[in-house]
Parts: sequence; C-alpha cells; structure tokens
Amino acid sequence: MDTGDAAWLLTSAALVLFMTPGLALFYGGMDRTRNVLNMLMMNFWCLLIIPIVWVVVGYSLAQSGDSSWIGNLDAAFLRGFSITGEDGGFDLLIVAFLGMFAVITPALISGAVADRMKFSAWAIFAPIWLLLVFAPVFKWVYGGWIADLGALDFAGGTAIHVNAGIAALAAVLVLGKRKGWPGEGHPPHSMPLVMIGAGILWFGWFGFNAGSAAAANGQAVQAFMNTFLAAAAAGLAWAVVEKLRDGHFTNLGAASGIVAGLVAITPAAGFVAGMSPIWIGLIAGVICCFAVGWKTKGGYDDALDVVAVHFVGGLIGSLLIGLFADPVFFGGDFLAGAFYGGGFELLGAQAIGNLATIGYCFVVTTIIMLALKATIGVRVSDEVESSGLDLAEHAETAYSTGGASVG
Amino acid sequence: MKLITAIVRPGKLDEVKEAVKAAGVVGMTVSEVTGFGRQFGHTEIYRGAEYKVEFVPKSKIEILSDDDVADGIAEAIASAAKTDNVGDGKIWITDVAAVVRIRTGERGTDAI
Repeated sequence: MDTGDAAWLLTSAALVLFMTPGLALFYGGMDRTRNVLNMLMMNFWCLLIIPIVWVVVGYSLAQSGDSSWIGNLDAAFLRGFSITGEDGGFDLLIVAFLGMFAVITPALISGAVADRMKFSAWAIFAPIWLLLVFAPVFKWVYGGWIADLGALDFAGGTAIHVNAGIAALAAVLVLGKRKGWPGEGHPPHSMPLVMIGAGILWFGWFGFNAGSAAAANGQAVQAFMNTFLAAAAAGLAWAVVEKLRDGHFTNLGAASGIVAGLVAITPAAGFVAGMSPIWIGLIAGVICCFAVGWKTKGGYDDALDVVAVHFVGGLIGSLLIGLFADPVFFGGDFLAGAFYGGGFELLGAQAIGNLATIGYCFVVTTIIMLALKATIGVRVSDEVESSGLDLAEHAETAYSTGGASVG
Repeated sequence: MKLITAIVRPGKLDEVKEAVKAAGVVGMTVSEVTGFGRQFGHTEIYRGAEYKVEFVPKSKIEILSDDDVADGIAEAIASAAKTDNVGDGKIWITDVAAVVRIRTGERGTDAI
C-alpha cells in the first residue's frame, strides 16, 4: 500500500465519521426543543450499532464474492484480513472507510421520521435496513449488475442518497403524519445548530467524495474541487430562489442548498470536471428547493425534507452524470456523458440503476416498517408526541433552565 | 414601596438601564419574556413555509422603589423605551407590602 494513499484514506474515513454528528446537529436544529435529543440519539444510535453490524456481517454482504446481487459471508467477522500481507492492511482500511458510509446512510432517514417514531422501533430499523437494503444495493452498484451496465456512482448517489431518500418516503408512509401537520407549523428551534451542522457536513464531505478515489491522486483532487464548487453553487441557487420567491435570503435556504449540492455531486465527483460541478450544483439547488413543496401536495409528512434533499438531489446528480461524465479529463475507462460525445447510453444505465434501487428499497423498507408496526409498534402515543420525545424516550431535557436538576 | 414592572423592546434595554441609573435606581431585575399586545406577532419563513410567530420576544424589567420616586422612574423608562411604534411595551406600578434584604435582614425601605 502506498503510504500517501493510506494517509489520505485514514484521514478521509475520520472526516466521514464526523458527518454523522454534523447531520445530527443539522437535523436537531430544525427540530423542536422537546424533540432535539431524540433526533441526536437516532443519529448517534447509528454510530453505536452500525460499526458492529458492519464488521460482523454487513461489509461481507455488501462487498465480498462474485455475485451480482448480494455478497457472501467470506469476510464476516473480519475473516481473512491482515496487515502483514501484500496489501499492508489496505483492504482493512477500505472496510473502515466504507463503514463510515454505512453509519451515515440509515442516519439520513432519521430526519423524515422525526417527532413521532418510537426509539425502540428506530433502534431495530436501522441495522435491519442496513442488512436488507443497504448491503444488497451497495453490492449491485459497486461490483454487481448495476456496475455491469456501465452505470457510475462515485461516492454513493444511488447507493446512499437515492437509497436513503426513498427509504425515508416509505418509512413516513407507514408511520403517518405528525399531529397537526401540515396545518400546524414546526419551525426550527435553533438555526445556529443547523448552520454549524451544515458546516460540519461540508467539511466531512471532502472525505466522503475525495476519499472515494481510494488514493491520493488527481481524481481525488478533482473530486475535492467538485465538492467545493457544487455545494457553493447549490447553496447560492437555493438562496436566490428563496429571495426571488419569498423575499429573503434565509440561513436555512443556504444550508439546505449546500447539502443538496453535496448530495448531487456525490455520484459525479470523480467523473466530471471544469464547470460541470457548478451546473450540477445550480440545477440541484433550484429543483431541490421546489421539491420541498411536494410533500404538502403529496400528503407525506417528511419532517425535515429527506426526500427533497437526498432522494431528489441524489437522483439529479446521478442522472446528470449521463450528460457531464468526462472520461478524457480523467483518462478513465468509463462511458462518456451526452455532452462529451457519449450519446445516451450512460444516461440510460444511470436511469435503470436508480429505478431498480428505488423499487427494491421502497418495497423492502415498507415491509420492514410494516413488520415493526405489527409487532412492537412504530409510533409513540399521542401524549408523548405532544409532550415531546426527549423526556419520554430518553429521560433527558436539552435545555435546562434551572430547577430541581441543578445544584 | 412600589414595584415598577416594565415590558420593553429587547433592543431598548441598554438605553432603559442607563436612564433609570441616571434617575437614581441602584438595582433592577431583567427577564427575557414573550407575549403579544397590539403589535401581535411576525412571520418567519423556513424552506418557503410561512410561520406566524404570535409571541414576540420582549424584556421584562422589575424595579423596587420608594413611593415618591416611582413615577419619575416610570417616566425615565418610558422616554428611553419609546419609538412611537406599536410594540413599545407597557409599564405598571404596584404596591409592595414588604421587602427583605436577604444578606442583612433589613426590612422596608432600607432594603431597597
């Protein structure tokens, strides 16, 4: 293993781990004071349970073997890894790096189910979803039949964002709407938390995207630049749309746009160059901003807009690879996008890969949620929903103003 | 003895503090409160959705004083807090039956 590659990948893995606490703050700030700790804990739960599930069996199902559909158990319990062999531990480093992605993917779903899901149901949902949905889709995209189509997904547009986004939709359809939604407003309780969360996500995303080159090379440099530009362009686009439509440049618009841009560039980060990330960011910023309004028309209570940002943003980025992919720039052996002389073969492959992911993920996520609903139940009582999940589910309060607990 | 209670705009708090100090006040208590009067609320916009915020943040000031200076303090607060727009707030004065300084045990006007 090249020491420079190892240094960059070790660093990137730590950057990606930091995204999950960042996501927790991003979501937590948008939540209300009585539910913010429940939101943080749904995310931190993924940091507790997923690493263990990942090394026991998750990685093996997601990566090992030659099957186009699902991995085998050859790498379960970290069997066969060594740091003294030819690769000097590089394979083990990949397990750790991808494990960070496995942590944040179910965590993304938490924003949709906010304010009303039983924590016990979430605690079971996250690892089960990882094994039944994330692992097979990951295999299809990175070493399975979707990869064989020629479809591209650099850092997880299809495998992570479209996947988590459509799972969020399936989950809220089973879970139902929050009391009072959409009539009663649920405004963010702390915009500063949202902004620092967005900043941490952006910072960590350099590891997510540039680390996915799995080397400290030119492709990593371009992925880094793309991550920088697409987030800025999408944040700009979302903020300007809100200024023109609603009259103000809002902090939440800027932060949401940044995240939408990061999501959209994720699948494309190692395949596009030049001004393409700016175009991808601008397009994602505008469309995701309007996509937030779809939930009211569609009647699905996606509390913190996981569908609009992650599903829509991920799908836009994934499809735009079909236009902007530039193998000449990268000296790479992949299909060119339509704007770079490649025709529409790549766009077709991208569409098929995403459609299959959407269909499979929606069906299996719905089944998991229905099974939980029929057994332990997925929703807190009306009383708990009104009084807040922090105290009822965790026996904690986010913002103490003195009283019996102090002193 | 009187208790002067005033609800003012948070942005006017510093000016009010300087004005009552100039009027001889040696102590005051300030709390962050919310409520509505004729100003009612304002509208906030998050991801395009409008939220009517009906309870507006205000500062609540409480000052204990001798009977003869209470009106003067109230006037000092009023002139410092005034902007001539709805939402400037209110001041009211109530009688106080007893006051105790905790450290010394002094009572009545000596405790103010």
